[in-house]
Amino acid sequence: MIVIARLTIRELVRRRVVFVLMALSIVSVVLVGWGLERLVSIARADGSAEIRIQIGVSQVLILVAFMFSFVLAMTAAFVGAPAIGGDLESGVALAMLARPIRRAEVLLGRWLGCACVVVAYTVLSGLLAIWAALLVSGYGPPEPVLAVAFLAAQSLVLLTLTLALGSVLPSIAAGAIAVVAFGLGWMAGVMAGVAAVLGVQLLGQVAEVSRWILPSDGLWRGVVYGLEPPIVVLIAAGRAPEIASANPFYASAPPPLAFVAWSVIWVGLVLGVAAWWFEQRDL
Amino acid sequence: MTASVSTPAIELDGIVKTYGRTTALDGLSLQVGRGELVGLLGPNGAGKTTAVKLLLGLTRPNRGQGRVLGAPLGDRATRGRIGYLPELFRYQPYLRAREVLRLHTELARVPTARRAAAIEDALALVGLGDRADDPVGGFSKGMQQRLGLGVALLGEPELILLDEPTSALDPIGRTDVRTIVRRARDRGATVVLNSHLLTEVERVCDRVVILHRGRAIASGALDEIVARDGVRIRVTDLDANGREALRTFGPTGADGEWLTIDGVDPARIPDIVASIVASGGRVHAVEPGGGSLEARFLELIAGAGSVESDRP
Repeated sequence: MIVIARLTIRELVRRRVVFVLMALSIVSVVLVGWGLERLVSIARADGSAEIRIQIGVSQVLILVAFMFSFVLAMTAAFVGAPAIGGDLESGVALAMLARPIRRAEVLLGRWLGCACVVVAYTVLSGLLAIWAALLVSGYGPPEPVLAVAFLAAQSLVLLTLTLALGSVLPSIAAGAIAVVAFGLGWMAGVMAGVAAVLGVQLLGQVAEVSRWILPSDGLWRGVVYGLEPPIVVLIAAGRAPEIASANPFYASAPPPLAFVAWSVIWVGLVLGVAAWWFEQRDL
Repeated sequence: MTASVSTPAIELDGIVKTYGRTTALDGLSLQVGRGELVGLLGPNGAGKTTAVKLLLGLTRPNRGQGRVLGAPLGDRATRGRIGYLPELFRYQPYLRAREVLRLHTELARVPTARRAAAIEDALALVGLGDRADDPVGGFSKGMQQRLGLGVALLGEPELILLDEPTSALDPIGRTDVRTIVRRARDRGATVVLNSHLLTEVERVCDRVVILHRGRAIASGALDEIVARDGVRIRVTDLDANGREALRTFGPTGADGEWLTIDGVDPARIPDIVASIVASGGRVHAVEPGGGSLEARFLELIAGAGSVESDRP
């Protein structure tokens, strides 16, 4: 498994995927830093209260994180989809799978290698963006490490789904399905909030179940919680907490521990099922 | 080598493999002894590649059973003793040739101390020593196939399965492959060579198995498959009476100016030539040894085809 993971990382480095991701990280951090610096400078020149500025920066950071979570989903799909499917389609996998190695080892090795790259990209970009915001505005989110950890967990969920689909479907189909599933999962999260506000029980239940089927949106709430300043949570709690909860860019609490545990189990289950499918497949 | 050396290298018994509605193998039975160099011949779609994939556990049979090197089909540990060159040979384009070989020494669990030597041996064997540090992505198809051959021969496997090993090679490469394959056999390895190139098989194999529609329709040493007691003669100006007179020597056939007479004692060839000349025919060439593998192959395939079409 380690041999395959090492091979995967070497592939992503040699195919310049890592280089491109790092370059994109730097470009996006520079742009975010520059944009925030302009906003903060203008607000300060206008005499806005520092608390308002900090709330504004926190909300911009959450929006940037959302954009970034989408980019990560796409990255996970691009990296994960061909990891197994591409090798099967090109024939590279044949000589390897004829060796005394379990197919599950190949699948897990591919997952581990891709996960290292995707997590490294997430951590580096996420922390850099937060640091850039701190540098130009003086605002630092309450739980930066937690926010980045949830962002990484979300990207791992997407990577797992794509890789699993890629072991049984053509790689293009696997990538497309994973990106669509990510979008649907996010919508389900929004619907769950709306259903709670309007009291539509059935919609709420369906949305809640879908959150557990694909835990990416639930983990996204953890990102928001880590970036949300406590003052926003206090203000929302004082006004209309249900309406605030319907906002996909607001979270008053981190995802429950049970949900986090389920997300870990979910990754294991999906990889397990994919390994079983892959093992049965005629090559 | 283990005590299982007494068992055949390959035993397949009544293997059936279908892909949806397509039957790739239809009750294939096959046995290959240790140290044999066997050619699997057959037209496209005969089931040659599927048979090899089954031996490696890359596909599973619907029915039937088999053993490879004494172990059940697809046994994981046994795959460490098999070298394989796939028909669709592709290696990681982002790796260098030496790195591909290193990867396979790791996957094949070649002992660490032996890896470097195994890689150098494989590079030298397939003539890629001077391109060892070049990226595989820049290799021609022929060079990739040489690399594939090196991968298959890494660590001196007991059984070597080569699926169309010369399809991308020039004549020099083909000659090299023949030498490599014979050397592997000489050190005691069993080699199964899949090919539709009859001359390749004819030149190198001890035994051939002809597959057609997922079944072995003929198997044996080349001399057994091809009627070696016979003669081919290129003749012109021979009239019908002259041709009729030749039937006294054995069953005759014709292909343009070439006449074949099967089952002829080589000592009687001068009598045949004399008979032709006496009938006014002109002899341009005489080839003792009867029919070619190609002629026999086509005959067998045609025969099997008619058997198939006779089915209700």
